[in-house]
Amino acid sequence: MATKMHKTPMLDQLESGPWPSFVTGLKRLANDEGKPYADMMKDLLGQLETSYNTRKGYWKGGTVGVVGYGGGVIPRFTELLDENKKPLFPKAAEFHTLRIMPPAGMHYTTDIMRKFCDVWDKYGSGLIAFHGQSGDIMFQGCTTENVQPAFDEMNEMGFDLGGAGPAVRTGMSCVGAARCEHSCANEQKIHRTLVNRFLDDMHRPALPYKFKFKVSGCPNDCMNAIQRADMATIGTWRDDMKVDQAEVKNFVNAKGRKYVIDNVITRCPTQALSLNDDDTLAVDNKNCVRCMHCINVMTKALSPGDDKGVSILVGGKRTLKIGDLMGTVVVPFMKLETDEDFEALEELAGNMIDFFAENALEHERTGEMIERIGLVNFLEGIGVEIDPNMITNPRMNPYVRMDGWDDEAQKWFERKAG
Amino acid sequence: MSAPRMPIESGVPDPFPYMHPTLKKNFGQWKYHDRPRPGVLHHVAKTGEEVWTVRAGTQRQMDTYTIRKLMDIADQFADGYVRFTIRSNIEYMVTDEKKVQPLIEKLNAEGFPVGGTGNSVSMISHTQGWLHCDIPGTDASGAVKALMDELYHEFTHEEMPNRVRMTTSCCQINCGGQGDIAINIQHTKPPKINHDLVANVCERPSVVARCPVAAIRPAMVNGKPSLEVDEKKCICCGACFPPCPPMQINDPEHSKLAIWVGGKNSNARSKPTFHKLVAAGIPNNPPRWPEAAAVVKNILGAYKKDAKEWERMNEWIDRIGWPRFFELTGLPFTKYHIDNWRGGRVNLNASAHIRF
Repeated sequence: MATKMHKTPMLDQLESGPWPSFVTGLKRLANDEGKPYADMMKDLLGQLETSYNTRKGYWKGGTVGVVGYGGGVIPRFTELLDENKKPLFPKAAEFHTLRIMPPAGMHYTTDIMRKFCDVWDKYGSGLIAFHGQSGDIMFQGCTTENVQPAFDEMNEMGFDLGGAGPAVRTGMSCVGAARCEHSCANEQKIHRTLVNRFLDDMHRPALPYKFKFKVSGCPNDCMNAIQRADMATIGTWRDDMKVDQAEVKNFVNAKGRKYVIDNVITRCPTQALSLNDDDTLAVDNKNCVRCMHCINVMTKALSPGDDKGVSILVGGKRTLKIGDLMGTVVVPFMKLETDEDFEALEELAGNMIDFFAENALEHERTGEMIERIGLVNFLEGIGVEIDPNMITNPRMNPYVRMDGWDDEAQKWFERKAG
Repeated sequence: MSAPRMPIESGVPDPFPYMHPTLKKNFGQWKYHDRPRPGVLHHVAKTGEEVWTVRAGTQRQMDTYTIRKLMDIADQFADGYVRFTIRSNIEYMVTDEKKVQPLIEKLNAEGFPVGGTGNSVSMISHTQGWLHCDIPGTDASGAVKALMDELYHEFTHEEMPNRVRMTTSCCQINCGGQGDIAINIQHTKPPKINHDLVANVCERPSVVARCPVAAIRPAMVNGKPSLEVDEKKCICCGACFPPCPPMQINDPEHSKLAIWVGGKNSNARSKPTFHKLVAAGIPNNPPRWPEAAAVVKNILGAYKKDAKEWERMNEWIDRIGWPRFFELTGLPFTKYHIDNWRGGRVNLNASAHIRF
């Protein structure tokens, strides 16, 4: 029996208005008679319209995957059944997603995009999301039978499944050095080094819970890494910020002294800037915290220094279960230029994942584990020395046993001397 | 029977084969940028080479016709290369300034708004919702489409004090992330338990462990092993629902929307912040969620009018104070705004700093 187009009066209301409409796209696929996905999309619209009417979701998970991997496919089976337990919308009864990792920085040729479309027209629904919150290309809507051939074709094109479940997840990195003068690191290399080193932990989920890498090339953190990544790598620099005084003068001349004082000088969080009488800029680099604000405003006059590297923060995550957590500084500065530098980065990440695998409770993220066991225990576990850059302020409560003080103070002086 | 094909474990692809040649050539060599108009970035390399990036909004969940149309545009104007931002905007890089205006006109003619740069309201980052999630309290693509229709002008213009980054989440796990404004599901009733199914479907100790407030305990109900919820302790977060679907948390009437403001991912000026609750009890009202849109527009209007240049939402509120925020927006201040989660006392005013 041919699948009919279902009436979708609710969804139809999302076809009007100036913003591009996904409903129009879904309907176009559903009306594409003769195409393998047309009936699936008709029934998908039927189920989605039902959700809009009842305000309930109707998908359940399950177990669907590809040979050789334990994750990367998000299985979805309909829960909308008739009185005989048969799917109400049978053509969309299986609607799985393949998470495919994009090239770092989300660059594409039109050629590869059309190849993705061809594969997905053949095996899937014709619906692709660029991108999911995890940073994957989401090929949405595939039968169980077609998951393997769809993956095989994309895998042969050079693309691999991303993460799902308790595993290393798909990473994200900003456009960075490819098109941004703020870039303080080789974002795509960091991203690929970290994720590709731990593909076994991605494709065969066996960690306590998810572990995410995100890379931002400067403290503007366009990848929301500090808030969202278990290991956030943020580009920064440790020498003096670069100032082109002639361009500073041009900026002051164009915008006026008041604008510069109100929007640059006084917005510096550590009062590290001062506008000189001759309209040049004085910078107290010792007290600059690399927040990026002045550089964001005066893009021609100001830029990061030359001694670039990264800061690493650990333990960011979303709400479940103990509430949102920010990452915490674990490495204030690290050079990332030579092969040895990158090996050290891999080793650090490996130590963290190993410690996480052995010490986190089931379904506990790294940040929650640190909250439970304390930062010092975590640092000892991964072999990283303490540093005052890791704290906002020292302990405020005297209820702590400190009879090891002399030894600890000695360690500090020895490290300072070394 | 032949052996099955094993995957090529190739990982994250090398971006360089997919990167616009001018970006590849000037990798790590960019000098500065400016924004000639909303939706356009102009980057200049140390070599003197220039690239104009035209940014356009998309519906994120795209049919292959839409994708092919966007690719045809890239072939015609942008040398056959594109990239995407974290907020699902598509970017076209052009090396000839004369192509910028025709590209913008073409995108607009095909229904794609050009904008999302600088101090605009960019595309809302969002989740899957009813389209694909197994635990959604609401839809994502639809709510975002409805909101972006309302915020179209703010996407295509740079008229805000600073950038505005919005998110939506279809459950309280908050996959949408932190935002200057976040629109998230907020359940208001404890889960309804189907005791006939719990024993077969749920791994009971994991479910007990998942509860943030230890409100779930094993129990025999009607002679069957099941779980019970201490409804006085329950915070209606829905954390038990994913591992135990018979503990249904989504409710067509009682799953509401809440709005949070002041999340900031950047380190610029102030440190990154999490968003804070400002409004709740908003009906989950498809297909256009007008009540949620009204609250969002109200908050954006107050911010646009009252904040100073470069102040993000949280920095504006830090300056004017929360009493003034509630006054300017007319939103009610309730006992639910006062944090009682662990460590929440740091969110109370322990000073004589009061604005009169």
